[in-house]
Amino acid sequence: MRLENISGLYESSARERISLILDAATFQEILPPFKRISSPHLKTLGMPIAFDDGIVIGVGLFEGKKVFCAAQEPGFMGGSVGEVHGAKLTGLLERAAIEKPAAVILILDTGGVRLHEANAGLIAISEIQRALFKARSMGVVVIALSAGSNGVYGGIGIVARCCDYVLITEQGRLSVSGPEVIESQKGVEEFDARDKALVWRTMGGKHRYLQNEAQAYTKDSIKNIRATIAAYFGKPVPLSLEELLRQHKSLGQRLEKFSDCADALDIWTKMGIQNPDQIPSLDDESFITIANRVRDHD
Amino acid sequence: METFEFKFGPWSKQSKLSNKKPIIVGVVGSGNLEVLVEEVDLNGGTKFYLETSIDGFEKTWQAVLADFAEQERFANTIITINDGGATPAVVQLRLAQAAQQWKETP
Repeated sequence: MRLENISGLYESSARERISLILDAATFQEILPPFKRISSPHLKTLGMPIAFDDGIVIGVGLFEGKKVFCAAQEPGFMGGSVGEVHGAKLTGLLERAAIEKPAAVILILDTGGVRLHEANAGLIAISEIQRALFKARSMGVVVIALSAGSNGVYGGIGIVARCCDYVLITEQGRLSVSGPEVIESQKGVEEFDARDKALVWRTMGGKHRYLQNEAQAYTKDSIKNIRATIAAYFGKPVPLSLEELLRQHKSLGQRLEKFSDCADALDIWTKMGIQNPDQIPSLDDESFITIANRVRDHD
Repeated sequence: METFEFKFGPWSKQSKLSNKKPIIVGVVGSGNLEVLVEEVDLNGGTKFYLETSIDGFEKTWQAVLADFAEQERFANTIITINDGGATPAVVQLRLAQAAQQWKETP
């Protein structure tokens, strides 16, 4: 594949993203397009299919170490999770539990479950989670990336937070319900989905990093993203009752501390950021400096 | 949804295959398409297999694909297209991209 004029992940395709993140020309795809493992549901609905059902999975090298990698294709039905798409991710994670690669890298970019095959998609999400915990219980580090245009939403938003680490960029987003879903359910007074500034300061990369929902924030450059991923190798987060209780406690404290905040700006003020209204316009470096001063490190 | 099959050629009598690895370009999105190119014994011809979400454009597809096949003369090549409603201009660009990659494939 030719990779030209690409500086980051935001505008690239799933296949390009994998080629950029892994060591050059080391990726071997599992169930490649010519195997034609695609959605059985879309055809019956008269919808076009994709040969890979919108996800690329496989094995490759990262700094010479064997890793598993998956990338959701943002252009095919919003990166949505159908039955086959989900099964491919589940299979990759189950194989990771057996083969124990140095890491599993999930390049996520999705609105969540594909509504055209919603039941199968929802079951797939639970299967992905089970397989993910199986891999983690075997000591495999699972790293999720949110750097794409769809963000990481729905069931995959939950999957991302089940990983050891989430890496996010300024353009990246992470949540369960998307802006339009919240607006349609709760009304425009609750959440105006057209207000992009509101969307980003509620679900965007900077806020998620400040809250430690994302453990790493980087500039959308291949060099920075690769360096951040490399730092997590060999550092699985323990999957234990103590760790779970500790996380619950810290979530309880967060709820208590920020329960009277109506907007992310109030949260940032309470965190001790002096000019919270300037956070969205800060460049990556200045933001990281300020964020690391006020963030609760885990 | 409509499905079409078009055959062009043969361009050569030779039906010896060179074990080329398949290539894919593009994405099935709105106004976009994916093109999968594979080597298959077709007695020296090119074959297209196409699924499109937009009905009623068989003549346009045939014209665009005949033009491409005649220009490239890929022998023993099957080109499968999943189309999400791309315009002829986008189709031509994707085909050109596929042709370029296919020629670079050892």
